[in-house]
Amino acid sequence: MPVTTLAGHTIHVDDEGFLTDPSEWDDELASVLAAQVGLTLTDEHRAVLEFLRADFHQRGETPTLRRASAGSGVPVKELFRLFPQKPAKKMAYVAGLPKPVGCV
Amino acid sequence: MTSTETAPAIVPQFETDGPSGRKLAIICSKGNLDMAYPGLILANAALGEGVETHVFFTFWGLDMITTARMSDLKFTMLGNTATHLPQGLGGLPGMTALATSRLRKAIAELDVPDVPEFLEQIVASGGHLWACRLSADMNHLTPADLMEDVEGIISASDFIEKTAGAQLLFI
Repeated sequence: MPVTTLAGHTIHVDDEGFLTDPSEWDDELASVLAAQVGLTLTDEHRAVLEFLRADFHQRGETPTLRRASAGSGVPVKELFRLFPQKPAKKMAYVAGLPKPVGCV
Repeated sequence: MTSTETAPAIVPQFETDGPSGRKLAIICSKGNLDMAYPGLILANAALGEGVETHVFFTFWGLDMITTARMSDLKFTMLGNTATHLPQGLGGLPGMTALATSRLRKAIAELDVPDVPEFLEQIVASGGHLWACRLSADMNHLTPADLMEDVEGIISASDFIEKTAGAQLLFI
């Protein structure tokens, strides 16, 4: 499992760069991860990330876009605005979670 | 290059080629409940990957976007050997209704939306829905009969023109 360093944070990641240990994540690291994919986090982003982490903690699985939208109450269209192009994967990355595996 | 230099950070590559990137065209020609899903699932997946996606509903596939029918697509065992049940069973009264309700339940249990809600999600994700001119004329359907999000009733050649350069799936 590769170890990488981002802005002074040493983190364990998979081959693509997704965190493999969710406990290494904190609010500050979220901003660093977001910057890596060209995002500046706002409270709107953080609310979604919070749901993602809580849901992952509960179910052991990263929520899909549909589940993230239903669970956080943020419409799908907004999620595309907040995390453009590949929202499900970007959200998971910034939240320090594995890539979602669900289809829908 | 010195040996003390740190390795580059490992970061996922999310950006696609931008607006000129990948494009997908999906033609939905079936009106059975089971055959509505492949197109919807693939469209949704493509949109989630940042791929510009156009879906064309033609022939029986028009049922998927016809408001009077889209919530009531059916699944039949008849002619479908993949159920591995005797074909004669499928013809018994009530079997199509039973098979349909079973399939609906199985889909809902996987947290996959029903057809109208799935289409809404596809539109919210930036997907484009088009109805086939000939199929609409054949069934005497106007835009008022179709879900609002359908962008237009267009000819096959218009669809081919709109999806120049796209990868294409026929379902």
